[in-house]
Amino acid sequence: MTRESLINTALFLMLPLTAGAAWMLDEPFIITLATKVAILALAGVGLNIALGLGGLVSLGHAAFFGIGGYAMGILAHHAQNYTPLMEAPFLIEGTNAMPIIWLVAVIAGALAALAIGALSLRTSGVYFIMITLAFGQMLYYFAISWPAYGGEDGLSIYVRNGFPGLNTLDPVQFFAIAFVILAVTLFAAGRLAASAFGLALSAARQNAVRVETVGLSPYRLRLLAFVISGAITALAGALFADLNRFVSPTMFSWQMSGEIMIFVILGGVGRLYGPVAGAALFILLEHVLGGLSDFWHVYLGILLLLVVLFARGGMIGSLAGREVAHD
Amino acid sequence: MSTILLIEQVLNGLQFGVMLFLMAAGLTLIFGVMGLINLAHGSLYMIGAFAAAAVAGATGSFLLAIIASLAAAAAAGALVELVVIRRLYDRDHLDQVLATFALILIFSEGTRWVFGSFPLFLDIPAALSGPVMLPGGIQYPAYRLLIIAIGLLIAFGLFQLIAKTRIGIQIRAGESDREMIAALGVDISKLYTIVFALGAGLAGLAGALVGAIQSVQVGMGEPVLILAFVVIVIGGIGSIKGALVGALLVGLTDTLGGVLLPGFFATFMEPSAATAVGSSLASMSIYILMAGVLLFRPTGLYGTA
Repeated sequence: MTRESLINTALFLMLPLTAGAAWMLDEPFIITLATKVAILALAGVGLNIALGLGGLVSLGHAAFFGIGGYAMGILAHHAQNYTPLMEAPFLIEGTNAMPIIWLVAVIAGALAALAIGALSLRTSGVYFIMITLAFGQMLYYFAISWPAYGGEDGLSIYVRNGFPGLNTLDPVQFFAIAFVILAVTLFAAGRLAASAFGLALSAARQNAVRVETVGLSPYRLRLLAFVISGAITALAGALFADLNRFVSPTMFSWQMSGEIMIFVILGGVGRLYGPVAGAALFILLEHVLGGLSDFWHVYLGILLLLVVLFARGGMIGSLAGREVAHD
Repeated sequence: MSTILLIEQVLNGLQFGVMLFLMAAGLTLIFGVMGLINLAHGSLYMIGAFAAAAVAGATGSFLLAIIASLAAAAAAGALVELVVIRRLYDRDHLDQVLATFALILIFSEGTRWVFGSFPLFLDIPAALSGPVMLPGGIQYPAYRLLIIAIGLLIAFGLFQLIAKTRIGIQIRAGESDREMIAALGVDISKLYTIVFALGAGLAGLAGALVGAIQSVQVGMGEPVLILAFVVIVIGGIGSIKGALVGALLVGLTDTLGGVLLPGFFATFMEPSAATAVGSSLASMSIYILMAGVLLFRPTGLYGTA
């Protein structure tokens, strides 16, 4: 077992152990925090596929996070008001069943990523960063100016959506749902990185010309990575909206994109468990520093600056050594 | 839609456009010369506005406030360049994005710490607060007209600076080959600090000028920063001319879209639905413009790379 895989195992066990301990001590707030970590880590795992594997610095992943959130918000809003989503040409009802909401969120996120990616990937480097940021902002303003679903105020969903056989309002059961999804996604992301597609994608990041000469299209590899990445982040958005039982345009904001990126960087770019470490550290800091001062973002900023300037490779990089395995 | 109203809106769009140009010019210069993407440019805009509001509150002089905004933002820019930014030139764009994102957090929360969360107000001087009669019987606020004039004057000055002066020659040389001009004996790190401070000063000036129309508050810089990115993407990175054309296009599209689109949809839809669709589309119009430019010219209108 390498040091990185030891750290990964510890990170993987940390969440259920924290939630389990909190459950026994009857501290529902801690369970909710652990759930939040799992969901934000899931968003980070999504971004990490584009950022870590594909080398695509997307500063607009809040777009997909928000689309997932609104997929949940819109479906549940119609279910709670007993109004159909669409009557013509065929009837579509709202729903409060989580599996259907997830499916809709994943498909909507993938389609949005396909459209945004197809345009943005025509460019690279600094253009790509600015364009993804701009598309994220476009959806933010669209959500604000669209009055049907709450506009600037967002949508409140009064009862958490249901999952067959579980009581989702019980914090520990909702945590279990979020954690299982995170675990499955981590497993799939690990397999993806080791697959032929993942290797080709990594190669396109390191040397696009060589990939092209062996007959693969870097554009198509990157677009597929971007679509998968957007779909996962949208799923995280749907779960996040269910955690808060509230969606608002802030899920689309550029700060959200920045935060998702921070999870990935604090943990370590391109490391499978990087987003888990990063999201856990972020939430921990939010509560430790946030308790010390209202202006904890100053400290977060200084810490982030120090990590970027002096501790490249993030937490896992510092603990497990610089080299990413098989890279 | 009357002609007078339309001309007023065109002037509004022009005013918005020249302000965006002041932001975008600095960003595009910094990218062109140093190869750096600077997310903290919006913070420098905010610093300019806060410095102006503080000085105007203390002295009552609008002119001093404007000078203070330039000086404070340029000084902050030079300081940030010396302490943080120069460590980032050799890093990849991801590190630059994160470090400058961290700077945004520090500047925004730091400003909230010092000035509080409530917006400050910067008053337009009495001599400029009234309307001016333009030819054709159009009344237009004198202050906004002044902003357009200042913006165009600075654009002209910047073109002269880049084309005619020694420092402009060095900037252009730096854009095409950094190693070579260092080898020729130009103090490259001093040049970088000057370019960064120049861009920061322009952003600060824009912040102060716009702060007098809107309110001065934390977080005012980032929406403008993102619009400036759209401007640069449309105009082409590193091109001052592209920044000017892009800024005017974005300013006009945004302003006219908000006015014309709801009316356009009202011609064939019921009024409430037309307002909803029109305003949603108007809020997206500049991004649609950007997507359109990207489809045909992925490097922007005047981009070379």
